[in-house]
Amino acid sequence: MSKQYKAVSLVSGGLDSMLASQVIMDQGIHVEGINFFTGFCVEGHTHAIRKQDDKKPKRNNALWVAEQLGMKLHIIDVIEEYKDVLINPKYGYGANMNPCLDCKIFMVKKAHEWIKENDFDFIITGEVIGQRPMSQRKQTMPIIAHQSGADELLLRPLSAKNLPETLPEREGWVDREQLFDFSGRSRKPQIALANELGIDDYAQPAGGCCFLTDASYSNKLVDLWQNRNDKNYEMDDIMMLKVGRHIRPNARFKLIIAREEGECRFMEGYRKEFDHLHCTSHTGPMALIDGKPNSEDLQLAARILARFGKGRSEEQVDVELGLKNGVKRQYSIKPLGSDDIPKEWYL
Amino acid sequence: MSHVDLDARRLLCPMPVIRLQDQIKTLHTGDTVTVTCTDPGVMNDIPAWSRINGHSVINSEEEEYLYQLTIQVGATP
Ligand code: SF4
Repeated sequence: MSKQYKAVSLVSGGLDSMLASQVIMDQGIHVEGINFFTGFCVEGHTHAIRKQDDKKPKRNNALWVAEQLGMKLHIIDVIEEYKDVLINPKYGYGANMNPCLDCKIFMVKKAHEWIKENDFDFIITGEVIGQRPMSQRKQTMPIIAHQSGADELLLRPLSAKNLPETLPEREGWVDREQLFDFSGRSRKPQIALANELGIDDYAQPAGGCCFLTDASYSNKLVDLWQNRNDKNYEMDDIMMLKVGRHIRPNARFKLIIAREEGECRFMEGYRKEFDHLHCTSHTGPMALIDGKPNSEDLQLAARILARFGKGRSEEQVDVELGLKNGVKRQYSIKPLGSDDIPKEWYL
Repeated sequence: MSHVDLDARRLLCPMPVIRLQDQIKTLHTGDTVTVTCTDPGVMNDIPAWSRINGHSVINSEEEEYLYQLTIQVGATP
């Protein structure tokens, strides 16, 4: 009996990795998916936090793709290891804080380790030459293969015919003739292939697969690094950058103000990690304080928060400060006027 | 058959799924895990992950922003 070859497919939840997996499965290869959780993935998070997103399906696209294709999916937590990729990218950042090329190398390297541990034969990705400006150029494809250590074990079924033959093709585990020669930014070939394969429902991620391609998120990350004078981060830090309105009056502190009920509930879970404020005389959002504010800063923070509550036009409102250690302090202050909060304070 | 309780409160998806996956690796066919979460996304993600990987969700409850699912381990690799 001939050997059943096994491939692991890097599944992001988008159409390209879905197609790549399907065409290799159709060649009789046993395919399982792998999805790396860096902490910055768009999946779920903000949908889970923000109530206004309630109508959107809360599905995790990678899981959904795996289920559609009938393959197993392994979700791997790489939060710790990913810090070095983000903080020290050898190939730099893209338009925002996205270290795409280093990120791809890292993920393929992890997939390569995984196939060795799990006795799989090769790796597939949905990469298409020229699809993305930084990580999917023709020159970068061999860099990813080589720097990750996967070399000839990395097959990109959608662009295979534009790339040198890999081991699975040369050995006849897969038929190169049935692979594709997609290139460029157009999505038409993928959509045509999806139709041919009967795939009519798929996620269309705007931009990239993670928050690091988002300008506003990247600004907040850079602000965090600059004001802490340290690029190290914890999961809670990067989660908080996805939540609330961020206002930084000075280098000592910033306020994170909930924008709606779902965020309020989520942020309430952090009352032991952050000093926090809420208005006691009127309804309004809660705020977390990040940094080391002095006593004047705390007064200012209370006045800023009051600006976002129902008492914004009152002469005086009451705001309670809760410290991480449980101690409480009361402030009676005048809310700031809308013009008193400079635009530059908003991150 | 053994039973394990797993606390995944305050974790956002897909972390609860990852914790469950890692826990199940230490268990055997027929064992059960009850996972308690605060992210409503688990009500979709954990059943999907279980179906894909051959495990069954035998109970799921939702109360006051707390989501609890019990999973029975299927065939282990
Ligand atoms: S968009 Fe994000 S996850 Fe995707 S390759 Fe770039 S850095 Fe990595």
